[in-house]
Amino acid sequence: MSFDVSVVLAALPAILSGLKVTLGIWLAAAAMGVVLGFVVAALRHFGPAPLGLALRLVVEVLRGTPFLVQIFLLYFGGPYVGLSLDPVPAGLLGLTVYAAAYFSEIFRAGFAAVPRGHVEAAHCVGLTRAQIVRRILVPEMTMLVLPQCVNMAVILVKETAVLSVIAVPEATGVISAIGSQQYAFLEALFLLAVIYWGLVEACGWAGRMIERRLSKFRFA
Amino acid sequence: MTLPPSAIAIRGLCKSYGKAEVLHDIDLEIARGATTCLIGPSGSGKSTLLRCIAFLEEATRGTILIDGQPLGFEERPDGKRVRLPPHRIRAVRAGIGMVFQQFNLWPHMTALGNVTEALVTVKGLSRAEADARGMAQLRRVGLEARARHYPSELSGGQQQRVAIARALALEPAILLFDEPTASLDPELTGEVLNVMRDLGAEGMTMVVVTHEIGFAATVGQRIAFLDHGRVLLNGTPGELFAAPRHPRLTQFLETYLDRGAAMLLQPA
Ligand SMILES: Nc1ncnc2c1ncn2[C@@H]1O[C@H](COP(=O)(O)OP(=O)(O)O)[C@@H](O)[C@H]1O
Ligand SMILES: [Mg+2]
Repeated sequence: MSFDVSVVLAALPAILSGLKVTLGIWLAAAAMGVVLGFVVAALRHFGPAPLGLALRLVVEVLRGTPFLVQIFLLYFGGPYVGLSLDPVPAGLLGLTVYAAAYFSEIFRAGFAAVPRGHVEAAHCVGLTRAQIVRRILVPEMTMLVLPQCVNMAVILVKETAVLSVIAVPEATGVISAIGSQQYAFLEALFLLAVIYWGLVEACGWAGRMIERRLSKFRFA
Repeated sequence: MTLPPSAIAIRGLCKSYGKAEVLHDIDLEIARGATTCLIGPSGSGKSTLLRCIAFLEEATRGTILIDGQPLGFEERPDGKRVRLPPHRIRAVRAGIGMVFQQFNLWPHMTALGNVTEALVTVKGLSRAEADARGMAQLRRVGLEARARHYPSELSGGQQQRVAIARALALEPAILLFDEPTASLDPELTGEVLNVMRDLGAEGMTMVVVTHEIGFAATVGQRIAFLDHGRVLLNGTPGELFAAPRHPRLTQFLETYLDRGAAMLLQPA
């Protein structure tokens, strides 16, 4: 099988539109997943115990099942409980909830990793509980978990490929469709690999930049 | 107006963790304007007692009076012990500063940020005024030049001095220290002890848990020796260290022998 670049060039507009969907869903799901994950972690850390337990159960289920199964359940099972969504909203919702589960676990561990003494020192100088959360816990936790958050974002970019199974017009779906129409699977797959690798590298680079900026805030 | 004679009056204080009682019926008066050192073997309850005074732990029974004001709980005439409302707890706690063995500086704030945090967040001072006051406190511990450094950029001794400045910024009447030099390299303990010595000379009321027996003997005006959750001895260094010495104290000094203690143990 020869490597046919012209196929790729001809399909460039379609590829770009797929890439745009991938990027859009990825960034939106990551952003909303971080926010939702933070809320869940905060409720688990500071909220009433029964709520914490319920949230923990949901998080465990989401982390313990394949994303592919979750997205099938949401898309094909959703209509049975009155949740009929188009592919893109379904994919976005599914990926956001999936991401939120993982982010919440990262944040929960982050809250737990802030030394007790830092909170005690804040109590001793008169900060209220709300002030301690805002001024001490959240910033310290954020510093601790940033590298893992970047890691999670990398995982997330790869999970967007799963959304092709519910016909979300993202890069994997679009490019593999072109590949099968034009009998150029290898070229298509190769291009896909390069695109995802590029995104992951960009993420890793951003992560290293952030870590370098943060290094001086590190615990002594 | 006559002030109550003691800066801190501890009466019948008991503290249990679950079923285990670690402080048994402690009675202790801490003199105003003096440095009181708490010494004793590991696990004797020194930290627990100090943390009760800082209200980081809640005593199970008994009372603590700070300048005559009940801390946390009040004993009613009928003998009932009631928890005070938060604003009253806050008001009494404001008079107490605490310095920890592990410094506990906030790593995401500069030295100055650590010192000024409560001035801005709690006292509501403007940034400029808080910075001015914070710089004055850093000057007091000799770290004006390090104001913009983060804790990770400071030595252990410098971090502990920033922690002292942070406690001083709120102008407490009482400073508590829990083994402030125990996590420092030997060559760095001196700079922290010197700051504490200066504070003592300025008349700050200090309660210092320490294994630096030399510091306790030379700077401490009062020494309380804790053993198994009780105050076994309480007096001036002269009274405690002079012969005839309590056998438990002698045993402790032999175990925790340092240069200061060795000097004290020499026959007069
Ligand atoms: N949070 C806690 N839970 C249970 N036991 C504790 C706790 N903190 C201290 N203790 C126990 O209380 C006793 C006194 O401890 P501590 O006050 O730290 O002693 P010291 O500071 O004199 O070494 C020890 O036996 C210790 O194991
Ligand atoms: Mg201790």
